[in-house]
Amino acid sequence: MNVKAKLGRLAACTPWTRDEIAARAARDIPEGFYVNLGIGIPVLVANYVPPDREVIIQSENGILGMGPEPQPHQINRWLINASKKYVSLVPGGSYMHHADSFALIRGGHLDLCVLGAFQVAANGDFANWSKSETDMPSVGGAMDLAVGAKSVWLLMDHTTKDGESKLMRRCTYPLTAVGAAKRVYTNLAVLDVTGDAFAVREIAPGLTFEALQDVTDAPLKRAN
Amino acid sequence: MIDKIVQSMAEAMAGIRDGAIVLIGGFGSIGQPNALIDGLIEQGAKELTVVANNAGVGRVGLARLMELGRVRKIICSYPRTSDPVVFEGLYRAGKIELEVMPQGTMAERMRAAGAGIAAFYTPTSVGTLLAEGKELREFSGRQFVLEEAFHGDVALIEAWEADRWGNLTYKSSARNFNPVMATAAKLTIAQAQHIVALGELDPERVHTAGIFVDRVVHVPYGEPTVT
Repeated sequence: MNVKAKLGRLAACTPWTRDEIAARAARDIPEGFYVNLGIGIPVLVANYVPPDREVIIQSENGILGMGPEPQPHQINRWLINASKKYVSLVPGGSYMHHADSFALIRGGHLDLCVLGAFQVAANGDFANWSKSETDMPSVGGAMDLAVGAKSVWLLMDHTTKDGESKLMRRCTYPLTAVGAAKRVYTNLAVLDVTGDAFAVREIAPGLTFEALQDVTDAPLKRAN
Repeated sequence: MIDKIVQSMAEAMAGIRDGAIVLIGGFGSIGQPNALIDGLIEQGAKELTVVANNAGVGRVGLARLMELGRVRKIICSYPRTSDPVVFEGLYRAGKIELEVMPQGTMAERMRAAGAGIAAFYTPTSVGTLLAEGKELREFSGRQFVLEEAFHGDVALIEAWEADRWGNLTYKSSARNFNPVMATAAKLTIAQAQHIVALGELDPERVHTAGIFVDRVVHVPYGEPTVT
């Protein structure tokens, strides 16, 4: 089936929006988790953590206990997140320098990091820092987070704008980390990394398992 | 009497040579010592290797230093920013060398330099392009990459408060790379918003001890802008 036909089959479904993907992932974060949120859809997760659930958000630039975007009159001009946007500090929050921030990240102290990605493979390999030799490669803290956090979730579109699958048998872009991703939230599905295939936990409204497989390069199976 | 506070930018920049490795604090524009970068522009050193988290934004500070052709190579973790117009142009034209380093590896290499550690093994970048050509070693069944300490000739730091011994505090997330870089260079120069009398800083909250700092310039510029 060509890409156009694949996209045609998707027309019947309602893909989740960026905010819905973030909200869906936020629902799955347990009380008490220490979490780092990457640039892109992941930073939106902070807006959807249920207020009765205490989740502590870390930012790689030395913030533990990051709070939401402040009201204009409450902006602290020295307080930004990894996306260089103004944020706040929650009561109990603290600052640290970069070596300590990455000691925390690399040292296995974070329960979870949520990152964006260009591609993810069925074995958990993923790529999010460079699309080619000529592209301006920008790795940031992704490689440290990927190997350091106890769990890695990826929030991303299921396909490129042209309909090419971003969930691959094998990544074609340079890897960020080997076998690190555990779960993927896309605009079409929620999937677990199981090694040889992605296990589909949830599918966007109006989409069937077969139609999802049609637009996915990697093999899929139904989650138990 | 020890007095690290210098009265002019020229005095602060004295002795920085062509070809120097310059560590520049900041994450984006927050904690970036723009007045010192302007001082370096004025001072004239060229063929510099700059280490900074980002590759400059807009046409000010680090971006201006690069636009003037003074930077031979930049080492950073994330050159892509909201407006990397200067860097992107130089990079595409092949007029600047880029080395991308994982952010935590960059921080730890400088921490190691300041702490007298020659090298360390990190799990970061194992199995990726950024580990190519580097020694791999297994510990407890897991692969690690050997990374060496990274020393600077000069560190340019932005602080909040400073005293004449060079004790420094930082403000909120403007701390970032500054304390780490302060330890890793032969010559550390800080710009500070506030100069306070010796003994006035609460010793419980001195972030960088004066031993790591060589010169302090008073630059009360007010609030930074996120660009």
